[in-house]
Amino acid sequence: MVKVNGKELDIAGMTISGYLKTTAYDLKYIAVEKNTMIVPKAKYDETVIEDGDVLEIVSFVGGG
Amino acid sequence: MIPTEKEMNDALEERVGKDNLQKLKSATVAVLGLGGLGSNVSIALARAGVGKLILADFDKVDITNLNRQQYKAAQIGMTKTAAIFENLKEIAPYLEITTYAERITEENIERICKDADIICEAFDDPEAKAMLVNHVLENMPDKYLVAASGMAGFKSANLIKTRKLSPKFFICGDGISDVNDGIGLVSSRVMACAAHEAHMIVRIIIGEDNE
Repeated sequence: MVKVNGKELDIAGMTISGYLKTTAYDLKYIAVEKNTMIVPKAKYDETVIEDGDVLEIVSFVGGG
Repeated sequence: MIPTEKEMNDALEERVGKDNLQKLKSATVAVLGLGGLGSNVSIALARAGVGKLILADFDKVDITNLNRQQYKAAQIGMTKTAAIFENLKEIAPYLEITTYAERITEENIERICKDADIICEAFDDPEAKAMLVNHVLENMPDKYLVAASGMAGFKSANLIKTRKLSPKFFICGDGISDVNDGIGLVSSRVMACAAHEAHMIVRIIIGEDNE
């Protein structure tokens, strides 16, 4: 299982891009950390999510 | 009468102790964006005794800012950098301030934040927030980064939290309250989020870098 923002999901084997396509996230507004390391946007296509990974997807909303 | 630098430092030292004051005085913090978050964050840091602030915003003070941003009616039309400089110097006359009245882009972040120990993301535009966070985490791994997302509206201030997402990256806010969802920004709630950012920055400076 993979932990995404604290929730266990069965998405091991997918790429970051592949997983994000199944969600409502807008790529313009997010940052993704995998096991506390930033995943550069240029690497979403090639980064494969592995069993036990912990993902944090930060989605920014407006206001400040 | 404006007190001397020594008098001000002595008054601060009495509150926080010599070691902490030394850490605060030696710190350089970059506050990027000087709206409801950044104007409040910079004032909190100035009062806390942070030695040097790097402040950036491309915008001018507008009448619609006065409901939440730390500017005065007489400052409408001034650049936010000039207005906050004036206001901060009235509060903390010996604070060292460098200002940049320019828009932060991927091309100038490194130049502007070169000397900062900690970068505070205080933009309002979510695309700019994401750009900055991605850029700093990818390219400037030695910097601490404190960002904010979700502080609009009248919901409880208790929903605003600070979370540590990785060793040098913290995010404050409720994560969801978007300025475009109806009610705009309300001064007290933006201040609560700005206070979270400023307090996390102070904690990092004194060496308490857990959320």
